[in-house]
Amino acid sequence: MTFWERNQLKLAPFLFLSPAVGLFLLFVIYPIADSIWVSFHEWSGVNRYAVDDEGNLKNFKWVGLDNYIYLFTNDDEFYVSVFNNIKWFFFSLIAIPFGILLALFLNQQILGIRWVKSFFYFPFVINAVVIGIVFTWFYNPKYGSLTYLLGFFGMEPFPILSDENYATYGIIVASLFPGIAYTMIIYITGLTAVSKDMIEAGRIDGASGFTMFWNIILPQLRPATLIAVVVTIVGALRSFDLIAVMTGGGPWGSTNVLAYKMYEDSLFNFRMGYGASTAVILFILMDIYIAWFLYRLFKRESTEK
Amino acid sequence: MFPTPIQKYSIPVNILYRVALIVTLFIWLMPLIAVMLTSIRTYDDILAGNYWGWPKDIAAIENYSAIFEDGRMARYFLNSMIITLPTVFGTLLLSSMAGFSLAMHRFKLNILLFCMFIAGNFVPFQILMIPVRGLTVDLGIYNTYYGLIIFHIAFQTGFCTFFLRNFIKELPFELIEAARADGATEWMIYRKIILPLIVPALAALGVLEFTFIWNDYFWALILSQGDGVKPVTVGLDNMRGQWVANYNLISAGSVIAALPPVIMFFLMQRHFINGLTFGAVKG
Repeated sequence: MTFWERNQLKLAPFLFLSPAVGLFLLFVIYPIADSIWVSFHEWSGVNRYAVDDEGNLKNFKWVGLDNYIYLFTNDDEFYVSVFNNIKWFFFSLIAIPFGILLALFLNQQILGIRWVKSFFYFPFVINAVVIGIVFTWFYNPKYGSLTYLLGFFGMEPFPILSDENYATYGIIVASLFPGIAYTMIIYITGLTAVSKDMIEAGRIDGASGFTMFWNIILPQLRPATLIAVVVTIVGALRSFDLIAVMTGGGPWGSTNVLAYKMYEDSLFNFRMGYGASTAVILFILMDIYIAWFLYRLFKRESTEK
Repeated sequence: MFPTPIQKYSIPVNILYRVALIVTLFIWLMPLIAVMLTSIRTYDDILAGNYWGWPKDIAAIENYSAIFEDGRMARYFLNSMIITLPTVFGTLLLSSMAGFSLAMHRFKLNILLFCMFIAGNFVPFQILMIPVRGLTVDLGIYNTYYGLIIFHIAFQTGFCTFFLRNFIKELPFELIEAARADGATEWMIYRKIILPLIVPALAALGVLEFTFIWNDYFWALILSQGDGVKPVTVGLDNMRGQWVANYNLISAGSVIAALPPVIMFFLMQRHFINGLTFGAVKG
């Protein structure tokens, strides 16, 4: 027996995993740690390792918690961003009831339904730049179709994307277009797995319509709901593309979210340390949410058993 | 089946349902129909204020050739291909190897590594931004195809490994044991037994990843500069500034930028849905 034959079961995991794990450590895990480190420094983004005559880092200065203190005490834009993130968080969840409704609407077996469904899925595969462009036109006060729509109801058109109070909602609505398509896909699949026996049993017991849906169908859709909620929320907290394309954070920073603010601070205002501290806050918020969600999930599952 | 099959209702209800279906679909796709119509409009039509109606003259050939005229759009499109295809291939290769090992080998760090890959999916891109940009500069791959490809592979491997590990875990372990008893090496098991069995999962992930990478906007913005390697998402956004009010050209560009994932989706729809809804049935 050669060395390889004797030891391959021990060596195999290492060989099979090292490319994936190596890249993942280098480009995902290490950067998280490094961002946290950078957030305690003042740095414009150039020549991080340059040293002065005494051997101290010249461009990369330790400032302790200063970035965070400034963020919380001196930066109104930070609070605007956090508040917008909260709006994104809650309003993007609208995609879930809409997704269920559309899925129920489409869950029929008629000629051509497969094609109809695939056309409904469509927006999900289209990139945010195109979606952003389309909705920017849609909202355009001069010729957008929203203007016609409002006019139809006798309302004055107004420029949603250049109005501080409404711009964020305008972008969230745009994000619902692919968002609803996604939740709908999840629920259509979920519906195929709903137990036929339970539906029959429910019918015999006289359940129909909404009672049937609420008491028999919805509980069985829980795995689908779980995925839909997690993906929607993570997507909402990550929202960046549509904001960059539609408003660039404006007007006057009113559509900023943490993800976009961080990008601007770091790459346009050359405040890498400050930007990193914003990213760390976003990271922590996301972690708290995920931990809370998983905790609730496990708790519920353990009480059910 | 829920809701009650429409066939159990009267004929008028059936007709009404089909009409409602078409109307809803039309409203749902209106934004995209508008873009497609505008992409074949003439500029005069737009100046005359015809934004949402049927185009007066069809200028499909003029518009689509105009956007390719200065070569930049073609460059962006090609860049997207050059970035996307190797990324999909590399991600599937690395994650199938990793997934195989996490599913079929027993060793100390197994669960820890698996959790690491799952957790990676919940990381906001922004916390990676500054260090990843720095890393690509240090490695000399900033503003090259390699930079984007390698980073995308690294990040996407998290999701794909998670997916494939669970898929492989469902395969009968006896297969592997029998092969080992016959003296097959681990590489042969991976190559000859596992890979053929996970083709459906690879197809599902393949289309999904193609869409994700093609549609990436953020990392293209962070890791590229100038027109050389910029993919079509960022490229289109830039061209928007150049074309200003030529909405017909912007629309034509949008159609081009959206097309490959759409084609992919229609060709491989079943796989696409399988990948996307993995876990939606049995959690």
